[in-house]
Amino acid sequence: MVKNQRLFAGTVHLFFVVVCLLMIIPFLLIISISLSNEGSLIQHGYKLIPEQLDLSAYRFIFKVPQIILRAYGVTAIVTAAGTVTSLLLSSLTAYVISRRDYAYRSITTFYIFFTMLFSGGLVPYYILMTQTLGLKNTIGALILPGLLNVWNIMLLKAFLGKIPVEIIESAKMDGAREWGIFFRIVIPLSLPALATIGLIISFAYWNEWFNALLFIDNQNMVPLQLLLIRMLNSMEVLKLNLFQLGIPNLDLNSLPTMSARMSMVIIAAGPMLFIFPFFQRYFVQGLTVGSLKG
Amino acid sequence: MNSNRDRMKRGARFKKNFELLTLSIPGILYIFIFSYVPMYGIIIAFKNYRYDLGMFRSEWIGLKNFEFLFASPVAWRITRNTVLYSCSYFVITTVTALLFAVLLAQVGRRWIKTYQTILFLPYFVSWVVVGFIALAFLDPAAGYMNSVLHMFGMKPVKWYFEAGAWPYILNFANEWKNVGFSTLLFFAGIMGINQDYYEAAYMDGATRWQVAVRVTIPMLMPLISILTILSIGAMFRGDFGLHFFVPNNSSLVLSSTDIIDTYVYRSLKQMSNLGMTTAVGFYQSFVGLLLVFGANYTIKKINEENSLF
Repeated sequence: MVKNQRLFAGTVHLFFVVVCLLMIIPFLLIISISLSNEGSLIQHGYKLIPEQLDLSAYRFIFKVPQIILRAYGVTAIVTAAGTVTSLLLSSLTAYVISRRDYAYRSITTFYIFFTMLFSGGLVPYYILMTQTLGLKNTIGALILPGLLNVWNIMLLKAFLGKIPVEIIESAKMDGAREWGIFFRIVIPLSLPALATIGLIISFAYWNEWFNALLFIDNQNMVPLQLLLIRMLNSMEVLKLNLFQLGIPNLDLNSLPTMSARMSMVIIAAGPMLFIFPFFQRYFVQGLTVGSLKG
Repeated sequence: MNSNRDRMKRGARFKKNFELLTLSIPGILYIFIFSYVPMYGIIIAFKNYRYDLGMFRSEWIGLKNFEFLFASPVAWRITRNTVLYSCSYFVITTVTALLFAVLLAQVGRRWIKTYQTILFLPYFVSWVVVGFIALAFLDPAAGYMNSVLHMFGMKPVKWYFEAGAWPYILNFANEWKNVGFSTLLFFAGIMGINQDYYEAAYMDGATRWQVAVRVTIPMLMPLISILTILSIGAMFRGDFGLHFFVPNNSSLVLSSTDIIDTYVYRSLKQMSNLGMTTAVGFYQSFVGLLLVFGANYTIKKINEENSLF
């Protein structure tokens, strides 16, 4: 019996080790390519372990750090401004529909929830953003569309609904107004929930590319993900960028295109891949509440 | 007399709720602009949209755009692809995630954390990055897949030209990125099951397999049915990022990768026929709405408790 149990445990572990390897190998491949010598890549193709360790791709990119720094800057500004605004707007909206004594609760909830079931589609959205609001090539095109997400409202509503009614009632007895209650009682009481949702929102902003793809042409406003998209299609973009920055002693023909592309991915996506897993607990918390019936 | 009292009651209620109402105004306005105004834009689907005339002055043409759309072979192709991919993504991810979650519940606490983190890792990268990973594997000149094939003495494959391979590649990519999320969802559900059920089952001499099938899965049924309704409702909505970046927008494999979302995006970029493109969007949204209500209604018939609303 005991032997049987050990065998079972061993099999399960073996299973997960194989699955984990499958999860990690794609990352390893990218890292390996970025560290490989261009000549050996052309000769032998991509390998999981570099044939010849070579840092020239990174050296090349860091010679002109402006491109990547600018993209980091745009993404950072969008993420910071977007997260703060979105958190405020979402919690205000979610708080109102979490109040059981609010007379217009169900109609407001329906008004919000319906947008999840039906939408105008891409073309009307595009016309709204470019023609009606005139947001093409503005930072607003990257921040505004993601400010309210129905899922996040539902999550926040589940959290905020747990605040005891008595606290709000007694504050009202003491003559507090609704806006005061929201900022002085509700917000301080729900900081852990706000941190969780804030993390989910900032993650969404950091990885956002759809609106950038639709609305940004201007070189100076390209966020990280759009920079990557442009390089996915052709390496010429990097060359063009380097050319425009006009570093005189940079020989563009010696640019290690294959490894440079992958090292760009590592530089652009790597740091967050190390940071986000540390907050995994909060993501899990968010998704367990989300699975409850709202 | 009666209506007068009603009006007074309504007025009093408005006064009482007015302050809370002001808290919701920013959100309501925002949703109005970004969600309801575009809904009005659907009128373009019934017009012959012309740039110089704009949305309002373009000529009404009734259902011509829809007729044109459904007469073309593209409508069938993108509908079939969208629906089939949605179904296979949902079934494959749900089955494997359930398996992973059940097995994960069997390993020690220390290992759970490690496995969870690694399974969840691909969730943190964007589809753009997955596009690069796909390129690393499938690149025609240096791709890793072809070196593996070469190792086994097989001929290299031009993946970005091979439409038949893409259903497998896309399913694999989707599984790789999303299975961790679903596993965590189910694992959290398993952790919420009362331990007494397990103790009673083992006391009665149930095997692990029996416990998994007779206790764990039935206890997860409410969660599974909610996910099923949601996925049926979203069946007409494809994953744009997956279908756009992983095949690297290769036009030669469109027959097996193109979905409604990628089609709409491409037509918008080409600015070819905005009226018909809007019609495609409306078709997608409208069928999606019907599907949500249909799925919810069916589940409600079977088991009242498992329905969404």
